[in-house]
Amino acid sequence: MNAIAEFFQNIPIDLLLIQTINGIVTGMILALVASGLTLIFGIMDVVNFAHGELFMLGAYVGVVVFALTGNFWLALIASSAIVAILGAAMQILTLRPLIGRDPLNTILATFGISLILQNFVLWQFGPVARKISEPITTHFNLFYLEYPWYRLVIAGLSAAIIGVFWLFLKRSKFGVWIRATTQDRVMAQAMGIPVPWVYTGVFAIGAAMAAASGVLFAPMAGVSHTMGLDWVLKAFIVVVVGGMGSLGGSIAAAIFISLLEAYASIWVSPAQAVIVSFVVLILTLLFRPTGLFVPTPK
Amino acid sequence: MSRHSKIYWSGFCVVMALLIVAPLVLPEFWRRFLTEVLIWGLLAMSSDLLIGYTGMISFGHSAFFGLGMYGAAAALLLVSPPNLWLAMGLGLAGAAGAALFVAYFSTRLRDIYFAITTLIFSQIFYVIIFTSTSLTGGENGLIFSRPHFTIPFLYDVRFNGTTLHWFVLAVVTASYLILRRVTQSPFGMVLQSIRENEARTRAIGYPLQRYKIVAVMLSGVFAGLAGVLYAVQNEFAAPDFVYFITSGDTVIFNVMGGIGTLVGPIVGAGFFQLLRELLSRAFGDQFPYLIPLGFIFIVMIIFLPQGLLGFARRWLNR
Repeated sequence: MNAIAEFFQNIPIDLLLIQTINGIVTGMILALVASGLTLIFGIMDVVNFAHGELFMLGAYVGVVVFALTGNFWLALIASSAIVAILGAAMQILTLRPLIGRDPLNTILATFGISLILQNFVLWQFGPVARKISEPITTHFNLFYLEYPWYRLVIAGLSAAIIGVFWLFLKRSKFGVWIRATTQDRVMAQAMGIPVPWVYTGVFAIGAAMAAASGVLFAPMAGVSHTMGLDWVLKAFIVVVVGGMGSLGGSIAAAIFISLLEAYASIWVSPAQAVIVSFVVLILTLLFRPTGLFVPTPK
Repeated sequence: MSRHSKIYWSGFCVVMALLIVAPLVLPEFWRRFLTEVLIWGLLAMSSDLLIGYTGMISFGHSAFFGLGMYGAAAALLLVSPPNLWLAMGLGLAGAAGAALFVAYFSTRLRDIYFAITTLIFSQIFYVIIFTSTSLTGGENGLIFSRPHFTIPFLYDVRFNGTTLHWFVLAVVTASYLILRRVTQSPFGMVLQSIRENEARTRAIGYPLQRYKIVAVMLSGVFAGLAGVLYAVQNEFAAPDFVYFITSGDTVIFNVMGGIGTLVGPIVGAGFFQLLRELLSRAFGDQFPYLIPLGFIFIVMIIFLPQGLLGFARRWLNR
């Protein structure tokens, strides 16, 4: 008992607070990635294996535009737009012919896409990690740290993008189409909604969200061709833990898991902290396979 | 003997004869190439039991392959002189353990969720192997020497390229015959009925999860066997093989060769490796061969979902 009490007394409060902020910041980026994944999955029944690669590609397009113009915000917008167009093209060329086939075919097709994108980037940019400098360089004092404002801006911006997206789903005409297609594809088509184009649009939006999070994340760590798999795995875990197809659940799960990983990395190395999210996944599958953050299904 | 089985077994004998003679006539490089194709083929064939026969896509076969590899490595490093059969036993035990762990959790989910959870679980093994540097050598992996081929108290001989090829061929052929027998057994029929209609199979009263766990474990054990062979052939174990890429390749071999045929995945492995070799010969080592292969893969999913041997699927399973 003494050992346990001592353990808790030895937890440094300042470190805990710093990690809380770190966790929320990564959690918000992860939420942005995962909500694109959830959106595509919820509407099209497509598990987008290439989602992490879109995130990575977004970061690289950001690197290129940033190198050309020197303007971070321009890079953010240009990268989202370019990757959105690319996502739409991908959907039309590979996923549209697979509509109506076993959904497992789509996971294979998107896996093929991720293979192509990853190797294309490796071929073009080489294995050395790139970096974008932070657009906001001011810091504020957090205990003994100079904490960059930029990280808080990322969290806010991610939240804002998700918020705008939510409003778009609720208020706009295209949002109504998307929700109608989710509820009943055949009926939506009968009502004159161009369902194949809704699919394309949704895929483009999901791709743009992944690209935006890639650019936002780029200044925090290096941009490398292998980052896609890490993020898509995390996003998959988030989507399963949050409850498949639930936007709110994904956001809650993203923050929950990122916080746990941040706390775990106080004691173990970041590479091992990943195991914490795996454990959360296992426990979720054991005790609540429908997801932690959704109401109990009747 | 029916006409079908006459043709089938004579075809089988012809292919076997070709594969037995191959190392005697092929140059060193292509002999090694063929041996590796057989090993990758065994890995792909093991996963075909899940993809093709049970209708569950596993993206986690690298874990079983890797555990087989590291199990063999442990046996070869700890016991001296290194013993082939001990390596095989420990490798298979490792793979079976990993498979039980993965199967117990992931079979609770279906379809896409199964695929994702197997992927995530295989990454757990990767992280553990990659980070426990003192035990597994971390990023550098483990290097060991190749065991002799022994029959206890009777026979002891050092492997050379040709005999190793024959040994691999014997193991792969035996695995094929066992897996073929399994898919034609009542157990295999239940697996195929799970693929065709899961709800109805459950309604008839089969305990689905138990069947699925056994299927994943069986598949995992054969994947582990491929890992052991790879370790014996190359005399090293590296964390790269536990990484997702290996699982992805396994799925590609299956889709290219034709799922649900058992031999198809071996053909797929050969096709993939041959294309890769030809591409890097034509355009140099730096050429990103996975880009054209990725395109071929997607085109095959859209236009040739049955794979190269798909046309013979019914015939091969009869």
